[in-house]
Amino acid sequence: MNTASVSLGASVSSQSRFMQLALAALLGTFIIGFVGFSHIDAVHNAGHDNRHSMAFPCH
Amino acid sequence: MNLFRNVVFIAAIAGLVAGVALACMQAYATVPLILKAEVYEQAEGGHKHEHAAAPADAASGNAMSSAAPAASNTMSTATPAPAEAAAPAEDEGWAPADGFERFAFNVVSNVVTGIGFALILVAVSEFAGGIGNWRQGVFWGLAGFAVFTLAPGLGLPPELPAMPAADLTQRQIWWVATVVATAIGLGLIAFRKSLPLAILGVALIVAPHIVGAPQPDSFETPIPEGLHHQFVVAVTVTNLVFWLVLGAVVGVVRGRFTGSATSLRDSFA
Repeated sequence: MNTASVSLGASVSSQSRFMQLALAALLGTFIIGFVGFSHIDAVHNAGHDNRHSMAFPCH
Repeated sequence: MNLFRNVVFIAAIAGLVAGVALACMQAYATVPLILKAEVYEQAEGGHKHEHAAAPADAASGNAMSSAAPAASNTMSTATPAPAEAAAPAEDEGWAPADGFERFAFNVVSNVVTGIGFALILVAVSEFAGGIGNWRQGVFWGLAGFAVFTLAPGLGLPPELPAMPAADLTQRQIWWVATVVATAIGLGLIAFRKSLPLAILGVALIVAPHIVGAPQPDSFETPIPEGLHHQFVVAVTVTNLVFWLVLGAVVGVVRGRFTGSATSLRDSFA
C-alpha cells in the first residue's frame, strides 16, 4: 500500500508525535470501553441496541 | 498538540458520518430483530435466564399435548402469547423509553462508538504513514472490520437478548484479548517484511480461537435459531459497511487536510 506523501503535523518531533498519537488511541480506547463495556446499568441501557448490534459482549 | 487536535478532528467527522450511517442501517437491520427477541425474553420472565415460563407453542407439531409443561423449546418459532409478554420486568435502573427516545440514544451511542473507533483507526494508521485517500481508507476499514467484528465474532457471535452467555467479565476479557492479538497479528503481516514475523502474526490471529471463548453452561434459549442467524448476518454486514465508511471518510478528510496547503496542517486552529 502506498503511504501518503504528507503526514499530519509533520513539524512535530518524533517523540512528541508518538505521544500525541498514543494519547489519541488511548482516548479512543476509553470511549469504546465506556460505551461498550461499562457495567453501569444506565450506560448499558442507553447503548443497549448499539451494544448488541456491535456484537460487544452484553448482559 | 497540533497533531493530536488534527487526529481528534478527523476522527470526530468520520465517527459522526459512519455512526449516523450505522444507526440508520441498524434501524432497519438489527433493531427490529432485537425487539423481536425481547418479546421472547419477557415471555421468559425478565432479564435473568430463569427458564421458568417457556413460550407456549400450541402451534408446533409437538407430540406432547400443548397442555403439558413445555420445556424451553429451543427451536420453537411460535410467537409468545401477549399475556406472557406483559410479565413484570425486574428493576434494572433507568432506560430510554421505547420509540424515539430509544432510537435517539442509539444514534448517540453509535456516533460515540464511531468516534472511539475512528480515534484508534486514525492514530494507528498515522504510525504506518497515514490514510492517504478513500481507497486506502477502505482497506484500513476492512482491517478494522476484521479486528473488531470478525475475529471476536467467531468465538462470541453477536447475541440477542435472552440468549445464554458465559460470565460477562470473562467474555469481555476474551473479546479485548482477541482484538489486540488480531490487530498485532495483522500488523506484523502487513508491515513487517519478514517471513518469521508473518508466521508469528498468523499464530497470534489463530491463538485466541485455540484458547476458545468463554461458553455458557447451557445453550438453552427461547430465541429461535433462525432469528439468531438473521441477527448474526445483519450485525456482520452492517458493521462491514460501517468500517468501510469510517475508513473512507478518514481518507477523504485527511486528504483535505494534507492536500490543501502545507501551512494549514500546522496552523490548523
